[in-house]
Amino acid sequence: MISVENISKRYPTKTAIEGMSFNVEKGEILGFLGPNGAGKTTTMRIITGYMPASGGTVRIDGFDVGDNPIECRKRIGYLPENPPLYTEMTVNAYLRFVGKIKGVTSAKLAGEVDRVMDKVNITEVQGRIIAKLSKGFKQRVGIAQALLNDPPVLILDEPTIGLDPKQIHEVRELIKELAGKHTVILSTHILPEVEQTCHRVIIIDHGKIVAVDTPQNLRTQGQGTSRIFVEVEGPSSEIISTLKGLTGVVGVRTKSEAGGRFRYQVDADVRQDIRGEMARAIVTKGWSLLELQSSVMSLEDIFIKLTTAEEIPASDTDQS
Amino acid sequence: MKNIIAIVQRELGTYFVSPVAYVVLTIFLLLSGIFFQIVLTGVLRETMMQAMQGAQFGQGPPPVDVPAIVSRGFLGSMGVILLFMIPMITMALFSEEKKRGTIELLLTAPLTDVEVILGKFFAAVSFFVILLATTWIPMAVLYIFGDPASGPILTAYLGLFLYCLALVAIGMFISSLTENQIVAGVLSFATFLLFWIVNALANVAQGTTKAVLSYLSILDHLQDFMNGVLSTSNIIFYLSLAFIGVFLTYRSVDSLRWRG
Repeated sequence: MISVENISKRYPTKTAIEGMSFNVEKGEILGFLGPNGAGKTTTMRIITGYMPASGGTVRIDGFDVGDNPIECRKRIGYLPENPPLYTEMTVNAYLRFVGKIKGVTSAKLAGEVDRVMDKVNITEVQGRIIAKLSKGFKQRVGIAQALLNDPPVLILDEPTIGLDPKQIHEVRELIKELAGKHTVILSTHILPEVEQTCHRVIIIDHGKIVAVDTPQNLRTQGQGTSRIFVEVEGPSSEIISTLKGLTGVVGVRTKSEAGGRFRYQVDADVRQDIRGEMARAIVTKGWSLLELQSSVMSLEDIFIKLTTAEEIPASDTDQS
Repeated sequence: MKNIIAIVQRELGTYFVSPVAYVVLTIFLLLSGIFFQIVLTGVLRETMMQAMQGAQFGQGPPPVDVPAIVSRGFLGSMGVILLFMIPMITMALFSEEKKRGTIELLLTAPLTDVEVILGKFFAAVSFFVILLATTWIPMAVLYIFGDPASGPILTAYLGLFLYCLALVAIGMFISSLTENQIVAGVLSFATFLLFWIVNALANVAQGTTKAVLSYLSILDHLQDFMNGVLSTSNIIFYLSLAFIGVFLTYRSVDSLRWRG
């Protein structure tokens, strides 16, 4: 449905995105994850045709965004980071205007506006001036606007920002409901949101794709390490070198210390369960094994690991 | 075309839900009323004096076409008033959309950039047509109490309309350059003033420079229309300014897309 090939966006002073390629299948929900300034909004703006790419191509339903902008835009509903609201208008009048410029025929306009208002639960405020609405309602008017004329592709830039927990839940449910019929790309920096709503995640950092996978794969096997916390009483430096000597261990860090007892964080290859071997090694040396706890790396850990790739090895080495 | 109409409707609707349209209309009505009064009393006093002078020498009053002089003076003053009014409306055309982020809606909707620009242009022009239409009140007074020739009045209105096209297009272009309404307003006003006082510069210049400078004076080109003369060069002058304004806006919106 959406195919992005090797797009880049360069400014005279900096490169916003570089060599980005991916495809989104029909009915899929794709999540863009990345720190602020990673290039999520720029990528979305290029896909919607708001901004031309410096290089590469984007196709929506077979139409090239550069060559056939109008055909592409007809197929896209877009919610920018700041909902594009004419705040002096009433909700109803605003949606009617957007419907008109999106090509909804005047015969269908009233029905279409009612449908989207019902979908995001704003029918009760339809006669109110947008400026007087709460942030949550404004955000929902923004989403309603994107849904007008039932576009097959939805691009939502941080759709749940500014909503309260109940509304966040509603919006996520709405997005899940839209999948299947619509193809959705959404960006966020809220990790649970990705885990709950997206079929696939693209992690972006410094304008490049650093990982593409399902949230489950990313969390469990995708990154190849499992994490074990172990608390041992004994000489610290020896313990570290012993732990490092075990097969499969990729990194050891001291987490905390209290009265000669140290707590270590051991990152190991996920394909090997080293807990038994580790316990034996510690006991054989005559140290007291006080606690051994295995933890699954959360998506958050992976996210931080991927987007701060340079810093982690540095902090690992200072422990040895 | 349907898209352009949708934008014109929304744009005009916005003028009238915000105080802007009412403020501009009120000021315009006040100023045009005062100008009418000044022109009328001035002309009446003048003709009275001439009639009295004539009577002293035993002649009848000289033939003076009072309604024609009044309408020419009154409509002529509209050019100056509009010069002040137009930036108040055009300053927000694009700057406000950029500031609120609604430009992103317009530029990602299935509309061409030209449709967006023309929609905004025609909306602002329509507002000034409405503004000019309010002058029917003093003009009606002239028709009730006199019998002015309609030809020069019609050409005067045509001239004012073309004048609005030109200034609105330039104001719109300036508005597309910034996110700040006030900056856009002040810049437009300064530009219009420059086009106006270019006349004074022409007086001290010589040769070709003088010719070019005096040709650029936006108010001078209204004079022929006021006198009932339709000259192609004046019409082309205003239309080409309008075209340049719209074209530059188009380029500016295009560059906005690149810069994001």
